[in-house]
Amino acid sequence: MSAPEAGADGDRVARAFGGHGRRAALMPYLMGGYPDIPASRACLEAAAAAGADLVELGVPFSDPLADGPVIHAAGTEALAAGVTPDDVLAVCESVADRVPVVLMVYANVVLNAGAEEYPRRAVAAGAAGLIVPDLPREEAGELAEACRAVGIPLVPLVAPTTPAARMAEIGRDARGFVYAVSLTGTTGERRELPPELHSMVDRVRAATSAPVAVGFGISTPAQASAVADLADGVIVGTRVVRAAGEGGAAAVGGLVAELAAALA
Amino acid sequence: MRAPDPGAAAPAREREFGPYGGRFVPETLIPALDELERAWLAARADSAFGEELGALLADYAGRPTPLYRAARLSEECSSTVYLKREDLLHTGAHKINNALGQALLAVRMGKRRVIAETGAGQHGVATATACALLGLECVVYMGSEDMRRQRPNVERMGLLGAEVTPVEAGARTLKEAVSAAIRDWVANVESTHYIIGSAVGPAPYPGLVRDLQRVIGDEMRRQIRAVEGRLPDRVIACVGGGSNAIGAFVPFVADPDVELVGVEAAGEGLGSGRHSAPLTIGARGVLHGAMSAVLQDEYGQVLEAHSISAGLDYPGSGPEHAWLRDEGRVRYVAVPDEDAIAAFRRLCRLEGIIPALEPCHALAWLLANTGQRGGLDVLVLSGRGDKDLAEVLSR
Repeated sequence: MSAPEAGADGDRVARAFGGHGRRAALMPYLMGGYPDIPASRACLEAAAAAGADLVELGVPFSDPLADGPVIHAAGTEALAAGVTPDDVLAVCESVADRVPVVLMVYANVVLNAGAEEYPRRAVAAGAAGLIVPDLPREEAGELAEACRAVGIPLVPLVAPTTPAARMAEIGRDARGFVYAVSLTGTTGERRELPPELHSMVDRVRAATSAPVAVGFGISTPAQASAVADLADGVIVGTRVVRAAGEGGAAAVGGLVAELAAALA
Repeated sequence: MRAPDPGAAAPAREREFGPYGGRFVPETLIPALDELERAWLAARADSAFGEELGALLADYAGRPTPLYRAARLSEECSSTVYLKREDLLHTGAHKINNALGQALLAVRMGKRRVIAETGAGQHGVATATACALLGLECVVYMGSEDMRRQRPNVERMGLLGAEVTPVEAGARTLKEAVSAAIRDWVANVESTHYIIGSAVGPAPYPGLVRDLQRVIGDEMRRQIRAVEGRLPDRVIACVGGGSNAIGAFVPFVADPDVELVGVEAAGEGLGSGRHSAPLTIGARGVLHGAMSAVLQDEYGQVLEAHSISAGLDYPGSGPEHAWLRDEGRVRYVAVPDEDAIAAFRRLCRLEGIIPALEPCHALAWLLANTGQRGGLDVLVLSGRGDKDLAEVLSR
């Protein structure tokens, strides 16, 4: 896998948001090394074959503060089986030619490797971008710079609680896409989409020229379809991780196909 | 690591301590941390708040606590040893200083729901107490393993009207309880104030908890001057997250002749892998929202801590401690379980005081590193030992 040229950061991500031919891009989340390393690779391949436009690949972490019980438990199981961040990069590398992979990795794993070093490793493994859910903009300077240097976006997150002035700064500097956290809470399936989602996404759109993808609390095809009316991308995490645990690649492929059909 | 922040309201020592501190949390919490920082800076400067808190600390909690000249202990140590008697406070430990201050702050911010984490239960009991006093709803996260080990404190919290929520993740102890409390806060941030129990977490917590605990050191300074006419040669305190220690140290940081010693838990030994000594042998890392000294593996996964003392059983330490260590201002050492237990028994017999196991680590270090004849040592006795009787008697 050759690194994209410097200055082209976000190109692969931008193409994924531009060329999907549906109402919105579909981005399933899978936990690296869960249920085990070969199955994790098979799940990513199944997701790509079933219509995922990008995949978000989680790196297991001991203290995942943004995650609810299902993703937390998947990460804990992977760690208990000995999965390392390097294993997840290897999984990334094995599928990166088929689908753009955005790594979701907590700050301590990145900083432990080094803010300059980790993006180099990610690019070497073919990753198309990074999401670090516990690295707000005040703490992200060095990593954002290092990502720019190797030509991948450090995707920023915004939340319903993010005030307008801050949203404007985040939106202005955003590369790749803006990850709009749909709700005030951790990852997990919810019965309903948050009632304020429409106005929330409008606020994010007004703040950025980058694509806006919505995640947290989206699990059903109907919910994905409703989000596709508002946003450029739909991220489905917990439901997909649950499928990976319950039925492996076949279940993930079936679920992603249903979600993709709902976005047609 | 950090870009300039035009919105920064606070000077550097509020958010960052050299390369440590910061706010490594999900974006959802950033506005709440900003709000808390503003509220605290305003409250700290407001004499009405200071008077209200001061009155509660005096009449309700029992401040100032005595600085007691421990004559028989002094004979063992050759120096003159004073004990700062935080064990005599309401609820039995220094934790009430912080809980009362933050609960008043919650009221000031209009937040009627309070959450907290607890390990041994001392901070949980202190928070439940402060919430009962002020009529606030209180939810305490506690690892189910800790709930089993600390049944009486679980029952106390229930009597005080708090809801104790068991945490089943990981080793079911303090680290996971903090994570669960942070996740609750992420979900309920608009209605809820999180009273963190130590000088850890994302800014402004380490500075906020330090400010609320520095009453310990401020009193010590005044009291030792009144009785001895000079400052101590050494101030010694135990360090888990490090709230009693930072409160004791901060008023002496600018006095170069006062040696400051922080004592961590070496558990079953620093070489055993089963200890709680991140300042002594940990690496730099992010835990629970702050860059600090952390026990972690080669990939940055945070390790479980081990100590006989539940209050020190935590794999991180406050960021200001990490900075004071790097600056060479505070010396951090570690004492194993067995020495802490021996010191526990020693203090019972020498002074008729049953101490908590946490400050027994500081006491054990003092007994093994006695001062000069004519020297003056002050040791923070951060809590009383009722909670630890079963643990000590089972050995």
